Amino acid sequence: MREIYYEQIKAAVKQCVLKANLELPEDIEAALRVAWAGEDSERARGLLQIMLDNAEMARQQRMAICQDTGLVAVTISIGQDVHIVGGDINEAVNAGIREGYQEGWFRKSVVTDPLERVNSGDNTPAVIHYELAAGDHFIITVLPKGAGSENMGQLTMLKPAQGWEGVRDFVVKVVKEAGGNACPPVIVGVGIGGNMEMASYLAKKALLRPINRRHNKPRLAQLEQELLKMVNRLGLGPQGLGGATTALAVNIESYPTHIACLPVAVSLGCHATRRSSCEL
Amino acid sequence: MAKRLKAPLTDDEVQSLRAGDEILIDGCLYAARDAAHKRMMAALEQGQILPFDPAGQIIYYVGPCPAPPGKVIGSAGPTTSGRMDAYTPALLERGLKAMIGKGDRSREVIAAMQKYGAVYLAAVGGAGVYLAQRIVAAAPLAYPDLGPEALLRLQVESFPCVVAIDAHGNNIYEQVRLKLGSPANKEEQDDKEQ
Repeated sequence: MREIYYEQIKAAVKQCVLKANLELPEDIEAALRVAWAGEDSERARGLLQIMLDNAEMARQQRMAICQDTGLVAVTISIGQDVHIVGGDINEAVNAGIREGYQEGWFRKSVVTDPLERVNSGDNTPAVIHYELAAGDHFIITVLPKGAGSENMGQLTMLKPAQGWEGVRDFVVKVVKEAGGNACPPVIVGVGIGGNMEMASYLAKKALLRPINRRHNKPRLAQLEQELLKMVNRLGLGPQGLGGATTALAVNIESYPTHIACLPVAVSLGCHATRRSSCEL
Repeated sequence: MAKRLKAPLTDDEVQSLRAGDEILIDGCLYAARDAAHKRMMAALEQGQILPFDPAGQIIYYVGPCPAPPGKVIGSAGPTTSGRMDAYTPALLERGLKAMIGKGDRSREVIAAMQKYGAVYLAAVGGAGVYLAQRIVAAAPLAYPDLGPEALLRLQVESFPCVVAIDAHGNNIYEQVRLKLGSPANKEEQDDKEQ
């Protein structure tokens, strides 16, 4: 039985939220550079240049890439042979966020009740998912996600007869309806299959995969490329103000489903999709 | 070449702007988002005066990060403007001349902008550090209990925006949606022909 301590988890979460909010992932920055080179429109290029300059300034000056430092989605992959010692694992995660958001001068964007809407003052609680499997691993991944993009996500329960065409049309519709709100160029996370909540979880999980890596199933990898092309044909461009780059990537995750179901969820990540991971 | 604007804006200035114009703003902006708008609407309903007179002024939809030591303000990019749509016509009626945010506005807001003469400016969402550098002073004005949603008075220098919707109803988001003159349109046409 491997033991992992409360303090280790807290420290790891703190480091992850600091890194995520201050350092744009390399794969996204590289994709923004490629997008810049591929734009003919002066306005689109100008906007992409500001996004690139902003990422550089955030890293240099240790200021949050975006003022919306988000509600933190935390995924913990934990082996069944791990024993947590020294306190509540959920409290360790929230304590790490509390300290990280204080130290980083990040905005506190969480209200304790969705209807009463009083700010919790420390950006907790996080939304925490646990993935339990065989082994003794412990991997923390954080996705502090802003509301501009989060509010534009959608779920639909298609009929199996609608097949790939139905999935494709839904994804394009969601990106189009999001317009400039989701801060394009976006990363399109698509979850296909499972049930209602699983599809949403998969869409979010898809945003965690580096965007320069296609799905390891050739069929899904091909569909990702096809969808990216279709989404970019919308011409929404950076900030929805026109251009060739509406999305930087489409990442799909799928799961077995019921004979009568075809759930599809789309979660949009903005051009500053922030993620960080740490293995203990 | 970007045009320069400074509040209070005159009707002539507002009417001369066109969707697509690049703008650099100097001077004063009022920072307000969801909760501050809700409070201002409640004040109006109760016949109270607003914390500032909106006549000729510019509202920036922003909820900044706290200012780190040695900085005037933390990261401070625009938030999604559509959430303020319900509150905006009442402010336009009282003379508000410009709003800065990101994303499209509702039909009602665009109609009120035409009626009262106002423009909607897009700043780059997600460029919080870049835009914070253009803010030279920030002072709390009202509703400090709202934390990141408090009403602030900001002083900016060369704050970059694009006129997204002008006072004549021209709307870049709509033009882009309808693919007017976009290269994407041509590609789709080509596909149909194949």
